Amino acid sequence: MNRTSTVARAGQYLALLGYLVFLAFPFLWLISTAFKPARELGSLHPTWIPQDPTLSNFRQAFAEQPLLQAAANSLIAALCAAVIAVAIATPMAYVMARHRSRLSTAATGWVVISQAFPFVLLIIPLFLVLKNLGLINTLSGLVLVYVVWSLPFALWMLAGYVRAVPRELEEAAAVDGAGRLRTLISVTAPLLAPGIAATALFAFITAWNEFFFALVLLKTPEKQTLPVVLTHFLGAEGAADLGPLAAAAFLATIPSLVVFAVIQRRITGGMLAGAVKS
Amino acid sequence: MTSASTAPRSRKHLDHGAWFLVLPALIPILVLSVGPLLYGIALAFTDSQAGRTEPTEWIGTLNFRDLIHDTLFWDSFGIGLLWAVGVTVPQFVLALGLALLLDQRLRLRWLARALAIIPWAMPEVVVGIMWRLVYNPDAGILNETIRDLGLGDGRDWLTGLGTALPAVIIVGIWAGMPQTAVALLAGLQNTPHELHEAAALDGANAWRRFWTVTWPALKPIALAISALNFIWNFNAFALVYVLTNGGPGGRTRLPMLFAYEEAFRYGQFGYAAAMGCVMVAVISVLLAVYLVGRLKGEEER
Repeated sequence: MNRTSTVARAGQYLALLGYLVFLAFPFLWLISTAFKPARELGSLHPTWIPQDPTLSNFRQAFAEQPLLQAAANSLIAALCAAVIAVAIATPMAYVMARHRSRLSTAATGWVVISQAFPFVLLIIPLFLVLKNLGLINTLSGLVLVYVVWSLPFALWMLAGYVRAVPRELEEAAAVDGAGRLRTLISVTAPLLAPGIAATALFAFITAWNEFFFALVLLKTPEKQTLPVVLTHFLGAEGAADLGPLAAAAFLATIPSLVVFAVIQRRITGGMLAGAVKS
Repeated sequence: MTSASTAPRSRKHLDHGAWFLVLPALIPILVLSVGPLLYGIALAFTDSQAGRTEPTEWIGTLNFRDLIHDTLFWDSFGIGLLWAVGVTVPQFVLALGLALLLDQRLRLRWLARALAIIPWAMPEVVVGIMWRLVYNPDAGILNETIRDLGLGDGRDWLTGLGTALPAVIIVGIWAGMPQTAVALLAGLQNTPHELHEAAALDGANAWRRFWTVTWPALKPIALAISALNFIWNFNAFALVYVLTNGGPGGRTRLPMLFAYEEAFRYGQFGYAAAMGCVMVAVISVLLAVYLVGRLKGEEER
């Protein structure tokens, strides 16, 4: 890989630049819009850098919609869903990956099939069931839905991570006299940790970002999660108040970005690869 | 299924310890997922409606017979397929390119990795709002750039009959591409570097090294992620709900938007459930054909 020619390298950098621009420009535009005063947003020649940057859009956004309450609702729902989903999915994923039983086959089949089900087919019966349980317009109802909804993918990911842990390591521990539970905790779990972190992260972000179930299940503004509240900024005519809209959208993204930034290193750390090589 | 397990531990039946591990996930799956799905399928054969006073009744296949003649639904279905293919294919190609670049020792790689996080971490609703700002006819950067380059006045992308679907598809590609790239990158980093070096010593060029060393190792992940992407894209809702809400004139009305309106705006639970069943059936067939085809290719190799 060290012998890549200069021309090829230049091409790679050019392609990388293309990706950087494509990935970054909408986000930069969002930030730019969030800090522009109404006068600039109304002008026909918008600029990348706000000529007269202001925080008034943020003040207006908080005044118009219950953003803090919505953020708290989102955080509670996403945290609960991620923790519960990973806690119950990890043991089952282990069994699915390690035991070739009929149940494992059925579970794998269910994971695949459930992915093909459009949410509308799941949400209508769930809506009716939750309505009977009095869980419509509650965060608990939403968490229940989120847990079930993130389980297939959590199982899928975790079973893959378990398979990547060499059986030989577990067997070696067994030969050394470690019991089954001991092996799971002291050999398998540490190797799985990056995978579990990645999965929990995924479950958290998908729940935090989720819109459809929240839209259907949460009716009153004080119960609604952030994505649903954000859509209230969009006027009926689509002629939204651009400044507060951008400001609120920008704020809603920050927690997700922070979570990703913190855990990304752990996911891509290649802990597994290192453990197998040594 | 047959011989992959050489370990002495594998067995046909689960022991008590294994059941203990399985139950915490199995119960919610059965009660809150398998159950409701069967219930949902059953609903498709009823006249279930929101806010009805008289009891719901079985009506056989009436919903499906109505659905066959519902041209609005089939228009929507076609748009859904167009959208799903139009997003999934470029998404995969771009993601593979990005993953290969990120696997190289390039400067600024960290920046690309950081930026790749943005679309993935962002709530779909925010992605939609953000691109509405980009596409905005007056205050949007796209039209401003077009004006600066002297290419005309630009247009109102999201409300134009011809431009709405392509504009929405580009947003879909942007939103899902990094996630796919990260999955592929993880696969790339698990491919043995020794093999790469050996192939390079044997004089294989980059192209050959990719097809003989990288791609075989990457293929299972590539298959899984592209199949999942296709399903997710077909079932997409939030992005388009925010960007166009199905407009203009239904040009971007994905099947999920259609079914959502039928169920929760008009309260036709039974009819919407029938739509869901049709969507599942068609997608399952398409996917089965795709996966079986690919897996066969794998075996023959």
